[in-house]
Amino acid sequence: MLNSSLTQMGAALHAKRISSIELTQLYLNRITELNPALNAYITTNAEFSLAQARRADQLLANGKAQSLTGIPIAQKDIFCAKSWRTTCGSKMLENFIAPYDAHVIEQFNNAGAVNLGKTNMDEFAMGSSNETSFFGPVKNPWDNHAVPGGSSGGSACAVAARLCAAATGTDTGGSIRQPAALCGISGIKPTYGTVSRYGMIAFASSLDQAGPMARNAEDLALMLNVMTGFDERDSTSLQRDKEDYARDLNKPLAGLRIGLPKEFFAEGLAQDVAGCVNLAITEYQKLGASIVDITLPNSRLAVPVYYVLAPAEASSNLSRYDGVRYGYRAPEYSDLTEMYERSRAQGFGAEVKRRIMIGTYVLSHGYYDAYYLQAQKIRRLIAQDFTEAFQNCDVIMGPTSPSTAFNLGEKGDDPVQMYLSDIYTIAVNLAGLPGMSIPCGFGSNGLPIGLQIIGNYFDEARMLNAAHQYQLVTDNHQRAPNNIGL
Amino acid sequence: MSLSNADVKKIASLARLAMNDAEIASARSQLSGIFELIAEMQAVDTKGVVPMSHAQDVSQRLREDKITESSQRELFQTIAPQVESGLYLVPQVIE
Repeated sequence: MLNSSLTQMGAALHAKRISSIELTQLYLNRITELNPALNAYITTNAEFSLAQARRADQLLANGKAQSLTGIPIAQKDIFCAKSWRTTCGSKMLENFIAPYDAHVIEQFNNAGAVNLGKTNMDEFAMGSSNETSFFGPVKNPWDNHAVPGGSSGGSACAVAARLCAAATGTDTGGSIRQPAALCGISGIKPTYGTVSRYGMIAFASSLDQAGPMARNAEDLALMLNVMTGFDERDSTSLQRDKEDYARDLNKPLAGLRIGLPKEFFAEGLAQDVAGCVNLAITEYQKLGASIVDITLPNSRLAVPVYYVLAPAEASSNLSRYDGVRYGYRAPEYSDLTEMYERSRAQGFGAEVKRRIMIGTYVLSHGYYDAYYLQAQKIRRLIAQDFTEAFQNCDVIMGPTSPSTAFNLGEKGDDPVQMYLSDIYTIAVNLAGLPGMSIPCGFGSNGLPIGLQIIGNYFDEARMLNAAHQYQLVTDNHQRAPNNIGL
Repeated sequence: MSLSNADVKKIASLARLAMNDAEIASARSQLSGIFELIAEMQAVDTKGVVPMSHAQDVSQRLREDKITESSQRELFQTIAPQVESGLYLVPQVIE
């Protein structure tokens, strides 16, 4: 059952070969056994999960089940889930019990899915290794000395270690795709605006986008079908008809034009990663795709632009944590200002404070034009590069991450080194395009490598089609780590 | 670009983050490194480029002006650090 696709699990539930209670309990037992070493979950609540499983079994018995009814899904701890502790990986929200459901959570509840628990993440989604979590780092299930990537590292680890059937993530600069690559799973960040941000704790609102993480593209399509949809409570939610993301999975790839940006294969890319990505491209050619050389000349500026815009938005979004209505409050203070300053200094970790400070500076009087406005202008140039590239190709492919998973502590306290690990993913968020990562092989150290697929706006069905066709003829996505008790 | 300790102190104060001298010194060196990375932007000619503030070019939706939320004060105050008689408590600000 643990290696079954969501469709197969759904079929087993329908056929009563297993109940949702049994399936949920199976995962809860695995979490009890494996989570102490992996630290993928911050919070589990067997009572809540099993109550949902019981209701799902009733829906199944009454013939009212949908595709994900009864299936245990892990939720990144950035989504507010009513009555669940929702920490966002921060001491600031260590004891925050969400009083309401995020839209994403509502969608899963309406589909009859089981919330299996809240997964670990970099604090406020700021990080690429999961090391900034207040609740300790997540371990990569392929090698416990290596990081799982971030910020959705707990979700990626939980999927790879079969501690859930599938999971949710969020991606502001690569936070779904990079951990998916480093943990050997599949993940997609859809077009900005397709999944509601309501109840998803804000980091950089013009870039934040939720998406699914799973073991294959077919599962991602089913998850996206549940997660997407217009929500009037998110002012940037797009009013579009509901679509079936699985509709094109089985289309042949003959005639697909794949753009390869030369900037993604330049200096800085590890040889083993380049090798696997090139091998995957060859596989696509065998499937009938053609290769187009493209250029994204401004993509080299994506990291600097991002580290102006994202911190600027974060400094504004995180100003709400003042220790008054919810969240951490310092035990000692003499006046209101000191209460704010101490609560925030003690409640936030080092990376979050760093980004708040960058954002505060670039938005401060006298620097706005030089930093914030200039970054917004270059953001347009970066987006225009993609628009031009998509005149000549249908999807863009390249590496997700410049290397396989690095070791815990390896990037030390040099934030810039850490920031550069998102060099291939960030431009996609700036443009608002959909991007995904699927496993395409293993590095010289035996750790997974991800192939990034970038699509045009609203072209998720085509990207999932391309990913699924590759997964039909390869088995990288079926490989599982050792030592996870399979 | 390099920041002075005074710059960092001012930023920390604007951001309402209490920092001691050692923290300011360490933040200064890390922030300076990040601003070196960011400085790559400055050489780009962006004359005439319209700033892109959002990923999608859509206008702000307006909703009807009617009450949609119900009062949940008691629920919300269960997660507050300090409340009394339905009020949130903070240090006195007016003498």
